[in-house]
Amino acid sequence: MKIHEYQAKQLFSEYGVAIPKGGVAESADEAKAVAETLGGFPVAVKAQIHAGGRGKGGGVKIADDIAQVIKHADAIIGMNLVTPQTGPEGQPVKRVLLEKGLNIEKELYLSLTADRESAGILIMASEAGGMDIEEVAAQTPEKIIKVHVNPLAGIYPYHCRQAAFGLNLEKELIKPFSQMLTALYKLFVDRDCSLLEINPLVITQEKELYALDAKVSFDDNALYRQKEVVEMRDFDEEDPVDVEASKYNLNYINLDGTVGNMVNGAGLAMAVMDTIKLAGAEPANFLDVGGGATAEMIENGFRLILSDKKVRAILINIFGGILRCDVLAKGVVEAAKNTEINVPLVVRMEGTNVEEGRQILAESGLDLQTARDLKDAGEKVAALV
Amino acid sequence: MSIFADADTRVVVQGITGKEGQFHARQCVEYGTKVVAGVTPGKGGQKMDDIPVFNSVAGAVSEAGANCSLIFVPPPFAAVAIMEAADAGIDLIVTITEGIPVLDMMRVKHYLKTTSARLIGPNCPGIITPGQAKVGIMPGPIHKPGGPIGVVSRSGTLTYEVVYQLTLQDIGQTTCIGIGGDPVNGTNFIDCLAAFEADSDTRGVVMVGEIGGSAEEQAAEFIRLNMSKPVVGFIAGMTAPPGRRMGHAGAIISGGAGTAQGKVEALKAGGAHVCEDLGRIGELCAKVF
Repeated sequence: MKIHEYQAKQLFSEYGVAIPKGGVAESADEAKAVAETLGGFPVAVKAQIHAGGRGKGGGVKIADDIAQVIKHADAIIGMNLVTPQTGPEGQPVKRVLLEKGLNIEKELYLSLTADRESAGILIMASEAGGMDIEEVAAQTPEKIIKVHVNPLAGIYPYHCRQAAFGLNLEKELIKPFSQMLTALYKLFVDRDCSLLEINPLVITQEKELYALDAKVSFDDNALYRQKEVVEMRDFDEEDPVDVEASKYNLNYINLDGTVGNMVNGAGLAMAVMDTIKLAGAEPANFLDVGGGATAEMIENGFRLILSDKKVRAILINIFGGILRCDVLAKGVVEAAKNTEINVPLVVRMEGTNVEEGRQILAESGLDLQTARDLKDAGEKVAALV
Repeated sequence: MSIFADADTRVVVQGITGKEGQFHARQCVEYGTKVVAGVTPGKGGQKMDDIPVFNSVAGAVSEAGANCSLIFVPPPFAAVAIMEAADAGIDLIVTITEGIPVLDMMRVKHYLKTTSARLIGPNCPGIITPGQAKVGIMPGPIHKPGGPIGVVSRSGTLTYEVVYQLTLQDIGQTTCIGIGGDPVNGTNFIDCLAAFEADSDTRGVVMVGEIGGSAEEQAAEFIRLNMSKPVVGFIAGMTAPPGRRMGHAGAIISGGAGTAQGKVEALKAGGAHVCEDLGRIGELCAKVF
């Protein structure tokens, strides 16, 4: 789960990490009121959407007086912001964050991630702040300092010093940097973060550290114990189809092709998408109904697939283990009756009670083709589109 | 004869009185697995069918002689259940539970280094040595006992598909292991490949991977350096778009890393026979093995 920059900064603030003086506004009037409390200019007006690259899309502007604050806020709030990360459809902006400008001397990069390789928390820091860090990592990996923290032991001053000396920080900054990094680590662990990134982390001419930007995302598996985090969720930022799918406990991702497909199990679902492609067609979606799919889930899955107007044929591939094929076949027949399936259907079933399942489908009177095996299923469905 | 689990495996099911635990415990018993105990705190002294239930794993070990644990405990309590099993002296811990917070799994992974326990999973179908022991949720009848092929996979139903095709080709399996789809797990591909290489009855291995992370690339390097037995590889997710999590918590292409194409190339460079069409993996195995 992701949150907005202003929400991430509120968290930082709670943990004693310095952020620029600022406030959120949902209209030009509110923006004016917030700007007047900041005590000076310039003021940054920053669109609050989850996607990055906001500056490139015109979502971040600098105002030198109150008139410009109003002008920029008016232009940004309500705009459809297109950035390299939003895709061409863009994302509507509901609010802006206004922040007082800083006297920036240097920009750094700092992040914490849950690292699968080391099964620990990975701190990454770089003097090449403000830039696209993936590019820095690819072209000049020596400019990125990596510090691994064992989650059982936690963070210690030597971890912080390793990062601080790697960043060539001036002596007077090492202690405040260490305090900040320790606080961020605590935030990361307390709130079950999966990523915490500050780019840039700035050093001001007054020799102070500020988180000028903030990106935080959370481990979805841990949300059950993070009630305050869940309250920050902004459904407007999520794909409505994804929200719908998650309501039904389905894993659904919309793709560009024409063959809708429904599979039990994520790995097999990916492999079925690949099979469709190899047979010469393109998958319209990824849909994993899970190991314990019920007739109701199958029906909701159909509804999601059919809501995509690109779909010209549907392939169902179920490997019945615990989920018996006869139960599944009944679910398919029921769903077909209730959802008016208007495209051809290919069904491939294997596993527990497959004969009974096939019989139910054969006797249902449904217009569907059954496939012998996966290869046959891919070829049959590809021939239909 | 097999790896990690065999006819001497004595299973305790943690969470045996829950819906899932009860159902699958029965399935394992039906397959012939020695399920010697269950654990549900507060229900010690009861029985599930004929299986004695204990309050703790330690009790199941000392009184019923369990040496393997099968965990169905819900996500908030699963990580601690793994540690409890390890502390009780269990050798093999198979965790089916899906949705354990990643920070919990990280701590568990480091904790297990201080014990002798092997963890399989979480978020996996478990392990089966056909004809001897089924410690997991996979359908037993699709497997063919007697070997000579080992199977290791990150996925559940995808593994069933592969195993079923092997069985149709009359190729039996020594042991089949699902290592799980989470970013942080216990036993990895390399552990399984090394064990299959050392197992005298295993004559070849099928390795089923998917997008995300770099476990397949590391396994490919291991194959190149250490495997004398033939390996057939398959990678799911050739058509998966970057940046979208494909169901499994670990299945995501991020920053250009973890693509199916990269993994296929790594496996080929490691000397594995790569199957690009899942529908034909059985045929390819018949040819290779």
